[in-house]
Amino acid sequence: MTVIQKKADNPIAHLSAEDIEIIGKELDAIRDRVIADRGERDARYIRKVIKTQRTLEISSRAVLLFSLFPPAWIVGTAGLTIAKILDNMEIGHNVLHGQWDWMRDPKIHSTTWDWDHVSPADQWKQSHNELHHRFTNVVGKDNDLGYGIMRVDEDQPWHPMHLGQPVWNLLNAAFFEYGIAAYDMELGDHLKQKRLKDPKFRAKAKAVGRKIRKQVLKDYVVHPLLSGPSFLSTLAATFTANLIRNVWSHSVIMCGHFPSGVETFEKTSIEGETRGEWYLRQMLGSANISGPRLLHIMTGNLSFQIEHHLFPDLPSNRYQEIAPEVRALFDRYGLRYTTGPLPKQVASAWWKVIRLSLPNRRDRRQPATPGPLVPSGVA
Amino acid sequence: MTTTVRRHPQKVSLRDRLLRLAGTVTTPLLPDDYLDLIAPLRAGAPLRGRIVAVRPETRDAATLVIQPGRGWRGHLPGQYVRLGVDVDGVRQWRAYSVTSAPGAADSRITVTVKAIPDGKVSNHLVRRIRPGTIVQLDQAQGDFVLPTATPERVLFLTAGSGITPVMAMLRAGLTDRADVVLVHCAPTRDDVIFGAELRALADRGAVRLVERHTDTTGQLDVTELDDLVPDHAQRHTWACGPVGLLDAAETHWAARGAAERLYIERFRPTVITPGEGGSVNFTGTGVTVQADGATTLLDAGESAGVLMPSGCRMGICFGCVVPLRQGAVRDLRNGDVTTAVPGDGVAIQTCVSAAAGTCDIEL
Repeated sequence: MTVIQKKADNPIAHLSAEDIEIIGKELDAIRDRVIADRGERDARYIRKVIKTQRTLEISSRAVLLFSLFPPAWIVGTAGLTIAKILDNMEIGHNVLHGQWDWMRDPKIHSTTWDWDHVSPADQWKQSHNELHHRFTNVVGKDNDLGYGIMRVDEDQPWHPMHLGQPVWNLLNAAFFEYGIAAYDMELGDHLKQKRLKDPKFRAKAKAVGRKIRKQVLKDYVVHPLLSGPSFLSTLAATFTANLIRNVWSHSVIMCGHFPSGVETFEKTSIEGETRGEWYLRQMLGSANISGPRLLHIMTGNLSFQIEHHLFPDLPSNRYQEIAPEVRALFDRYGLRYTTGPLPKQVASAWWKVIRLSLPNRRDRRQPATPGPLVPSGVA
Repeated sequence: MTTTVRRHPQKVSLRDRLLRLAGTVTTPLLPDDYLDLIAPLRAGAPLRGRIVAVRPETRDAATLVIQPGRGWRGHLPGQYVRLGVDVDGVRQWRAYSVTSAPGAADSRITVTVKAIPDGKVSNHLVRRIRPGTIVQLDQAQGDFVLPTATPERVLFLTAGSGITPVMAMLRAGLTDRADVVLVHCAPTRDDVIFGAELRALADRGAVRLVERHTDTTGQLDVTELDDLVPDHAQRHTWACGPVGLLDAAETHWAARGAAERLYIERFRPTVITPGEGGSVNFTGTGVTVQADGATTLLDAGESAGVLMPSGCRMGICFGCVVPLRQGAVRDLRNGDVTTAVPGDGVAIQTCVSAAAGTCDIEL
């Protein structure tokens, strides 16, 4: 991926300013239609997912009290892993996006929700909802492009540190929630600039510390202790569940913006960006994962990353339903709808991480002057 | 001289200790979140109720039998209860008079709802809600109640669903203690809610019932009371019904110099009519600004120096969500209007909403 403005074959060169505004209007119409139709069916869906998650979590933990017995360990660990994935993906991520605020249920609301994650909800909401979703794939503004530790775009400057990025990425996958927490509190920046005493940062760090303490106490102390003689095997089970959950969410999230076919954008290109242009950036800056319904639920419907980025606040169960319409719009305007099965997309993202750990090859040198987002006269 | 108040050692009950221990395993959820799955009506839970039965009363009214949660503190005849019910997936709060007498052995209560045309909630409650549904409740409230010393002579002046608070009083045995006259208006005989029960009371002489069927004999003019109930100005009168009737009653009773013997219950104390722009009060900051219909509440607040939560400023991040205590706002993206009255629990995105009337924003 190279910022779109520098590409020899700019994929949006054929669109006029008018086209882009029409695309925006068509997408607005899809959104309005879903909102007008949103109702009891959707409410039932999220309540069912929450109920399933809670039932699964508590019963898996109950089974793990006897985790010395290998079948119990396997069943309990599998159940807990799925419960933890549901908590973070289909429930936590989406509730914190405000997708369910319209129900006016104070118990399922972006302002009251908390999740099984070491990043506190408010910090995550700021870095994810506000920064990533607003500045999607704008090099230098959207830190989700490599999370500040990796180079995932030719236009990000190479540094010898990037040689190790396949290893960083593997570690980040294993301890993803800690990576996210560090990222949300901008730990890297504060370390680099030696601003660790900044009171705002300290308050954030404290909040993260509290969440870590609670999670550690729950997963690695109280639950194993309650298991009595199964102490160690329960400890191993909760650790495994957290590990798999981390690797899973890391993989899904890598597939959202890193696979080949996804475009990135220049900082200057979003100055005075119109609604239509914002939509267009989301369309080209995201990639989907194809697969069965269960996969979509386990990814929190982030397998419909394109639809999610276009409409971050629509209920997640609706993404699958509007996907054909969105895709038809891509086709009509000759745009590439990036999608593929999970293994392919994960491999593609990993390949990019590996490839870009080395400096750009000479022949990939970019032209010196960046063009506007849309060359045909749209400012 | 400084004195210190001796602190009583806080007693932590065994139950609280257990809950706290359970909380270390359920975090970030609370043990309550799990208990809600199996016992939503338990003591200590937010007050809820289960719909036990739905009984049709007339063609457009039904009685809901509700089993309230353990936290229910009971009601006085004439009081109402706020009910939070999910209609089309959205929680809606409405107040309904309790129509049952207090102190039922199974602690069940009833409310009786009349479906009003285009009434989202009332139609749902009358026609669609099914037994087994859990609804949210508030404790009973309202001062449309009889005084502790029951007056000797009582008049009830009601119309339509205005009979509902009165029914609780009649069922609670008022007729044994007082001389009761009930003047009730409804379009037809069949539209009289509790018609059969009221007529039975009248037949055994417990009340004097004056039914007015407005489809055939026209609206009641309160001055007709001079003939219908000659001593009405001497009676302690409770009136409940549409605004027109209540306003007329107020004027009439005042003209008879008996205003202090008239007690009225108004349905829908707040009617929000959306307009264009309005005065926005940021409660807790003491700031009120005039905002036009094109300025977002976030901009309006910030330019008046109010510190407001904010984020993307384009409606996607939900970082600016705050409660709208009351008022009306318009979503500038699609023109949708959201209204709220206190207790509705409505939260809005200030970065894409403009005032559509007077608003109270809670900060």
